Amino acid sequence: MPLLENGRLVADAWTTLDAESPLPATGAVIVPLSRLEEGLARAPGEKLGVVIPQDAEIDTLRTVLPRLSLVAVTFPIFRDGRAFSQARALREHLHFTGEIRATGKPLPDQYEFLLRCGVSTVDLPPGSDPEVWAHAHTRFRTAYQPSVLGERAEGATLRRVL
Amino acid sequence: MPDTIPAPALPVGHYGYDQVDRAFLADRVEQFRDQVARRIAGTLSEDEFKPLRLMNGLYLQLHAYMLRIAIPYGVLDSRQMRELAHIARTYDRDYGHFTTRQNLQFNWIKLEDTPDILARLADVDMHAIQTSGNCIRNVTCDQFAGAAKDELVDPRVHAEILRQWSTLHPEFTFLPRKFKIAISGSPNDRVAARFHDIGLVAKPAPDGGTQFDVFVGGGMGRTPIVGVHLRDDLPEEDLLAYLEAMVRVYNEYGRRDNIYKARIKILVQALGTEGYRQKVDAEFAAMNRARYRLPPETVAAIRARFGTPDLHAPDDAPAQLDRARRAEPAFDRWVRTNTHPHRAPGYISAVISLKPAGGIPGDATSAQMDLIADLADRYAFGEIRVTHMQNLVLGHVRQDELHAVWQALRGADLASANIGLIGDIIACPGLDYCSLANARSIPIAQKLSARFASPELQETIGPIEIKISGCINACGHHHAGHIGILGVDKKGEEYFQLTLGGSPGSDASVGQILGPALPEDATVDAIARLVDAYLVHRTGDERFLDTYRRLGATLFKDAVYATA
Repeated sequence: MPLLENGRLVADAWTTLDAESPLPATGAVIVPLSRLEEGLARAPGEKLGVVIPQDAEIDTLRTVLPRLSLVAVTFPIFRDGRAFSQARALREHLHFTGEIRATGKPLPDQYEFLLRCGVSTVDLPPGSDPEVWAHAHTRFRTAYQPSVLGERAEGATLRRVL
Repeated sequence: MPDTIPAPALPVGHYGYDQVDRAFLADRVEQFRDQVARRIAGTLSEDEFKPLRLMNGLYLQLHAYMLRIAIPYGVLDSRQMRELAHIARTYDRDYGHFTTRQNLQFNWIKLEDTPDILARLADVDMHAIQTSGNCIRNVTCDQFAGAAKDELVDPRVHAEILRQWSTLHPEFTFLPRKFKIAISGSPNDRVAARFHDIGLVAKPAPDGGTQFDVFVGGGMGRTPIVGVHLRDDLPEEDLLAYLEAMVRVYNEYGRRDNIYKARIKILVQALGTEGYRQKVDAEFAAMNRARYRLPPETVAAIRARFGTPDLHAPDDAPAQLDRARRAEPAFDRWVRTNTHPHRAPGYISAVISLKPAGGIPGDATSAQMDLIADLADRYAFGEIRVTHMQNLVLGHVRQDELHAVWQALRGADLASANIGLIGDIIACPGLDYCSLANARSIPIAQKLSARFASPELQETIGPIEIKISGCINACGHHHAGHIGILGVDKKGEEYFQLTLGGSPGSDASVGQILGPALPEDATVDAIARLVDAYLVHRTGDERFLDTYRRLGATLFKDAVYATA
């Protein structure tokens, strides 16, 4: 599926595996949480990512996180906002600096929220118009609270310059 | 003093927008204009459009679109009130409805008009953002904030901080369910803090700053619960960080499988107070506290955007008020029932009743709105407050000018002397507007207020709160009514179930069901008998609620069902 980063379509360097497909010995792969052990058993230099469901406890990734280059969070429907908190916990509690990818069915109207919670790429849902997402990326200039991104405060106010 | 007070540079009583705030709002209005255009052109389906319109307060009701406009912490200025009047005249049926969340609803809006209405609102620094959806809704506040004699801390600056912080919050805009916060700065709870998802009570800290009592997990709906007391010492600088922790725990663990079990009250009950507190504390401990700290400079910067009233009454203002009261018993009664003591000498807060006998609770015509705006300019620093009881307040009125205010209100059917009395009924919109309702709440409210129209009778009966909901979702707060009335559907007929003993205040309690539901045409008579029974059994000036608490339900049950 098309991948969006910084409001632009980019090539996806990752292969996403389902529960059954054979695990290649080399190359960047994203495995489901159920296959994380299997993925970690590969050579330490091989890039590994994991998809976590929206109800997973982020803290369970704490010990393996240094081995992960990507964590994909899931929006089964756009109204289920748990992945916002997961992304933020990855960045702020576990200090994860790799890629956080939003998967599932987020809306372009949520793009700013995704970024401000620490998501870096979006796996665009089928039928998405990349133009609408691109527009959403630059649309707003101000927010009213601090976020993961640590944006500059405007003077002493709560406002942040996006 | 001149007759009219010159408009101050900053609005009295609420935060004054600057260019950055206005640009933000303009961007959001344009975003919604695009979305409406896409919907009208058909490129957005109703399913796709629904969450977007809800983010802008636009509901589809039984007969038309309803637009709910945010009035942050219930304070607006005369310029904003006139704009609401203009919108009522131009785009609706010449009236608006003030709500229990201190907002305003227009019930007859056309979809294609909404972008223009939102643009007009933005011109006066108003919007409809987060008046619906599973996000943090309009923060409600004590209607006498900054004026009340019994207040310890003016909570409006903190209410504004919460408004800004929760506005399009990146993490908390898709919560399991809607989220309501109330804040007060008085030990006498006028905001129903214990019936909110989060209730905050500001008070002075030992170090001279501000700290907060924190209540969590209160609510009404299908599962009425009085909130639990989580903290009594939350420091101001941790206000936002701690609320982030509280809401994050809810976002992560709140139920999403059942809409009726998705509010934070269900989570707090499931985890227990200690279990919830532990999770919040762990979250709080793990946070980047420097990033989320609320420094005193930020509080000061936001406070600096509030206009403050210059309160100087003539020395003889109280004496003038006394003379006017002695001269005119009807005015004297209105002062007794519709005013609240002010912290400043010679001032008083006046409540404008939107509950005329036989009227619809909370409705105001455009002409009434214009008149109230004029009165606010002339007598109250241009400031108007909306109460969660669906009335309006002029917070700072000089006592020597109160009689003139009353006379003007009386001429517009706005001087019913019934605040806190049996005519001061809360009613949800009910089946007259709402697609969820089982029954019509408004006609019951109208019949009750007509039945008890006499101001003498109302004052004799004394403080009593009747609250009416047209369905179990409890938008009319019936669980917190001294007398609660719940509309139910019995085989296609509208019936009404009575609950007694609820209270929204510092002595919060959930009302108990009295007995079988009554048919619509028997409900008003039954309540009249119930009130008669109270008058027979009360001692001294005991409130209805206290008589009920002292004597229990039996005698009221007998009175209600005697001839039913």
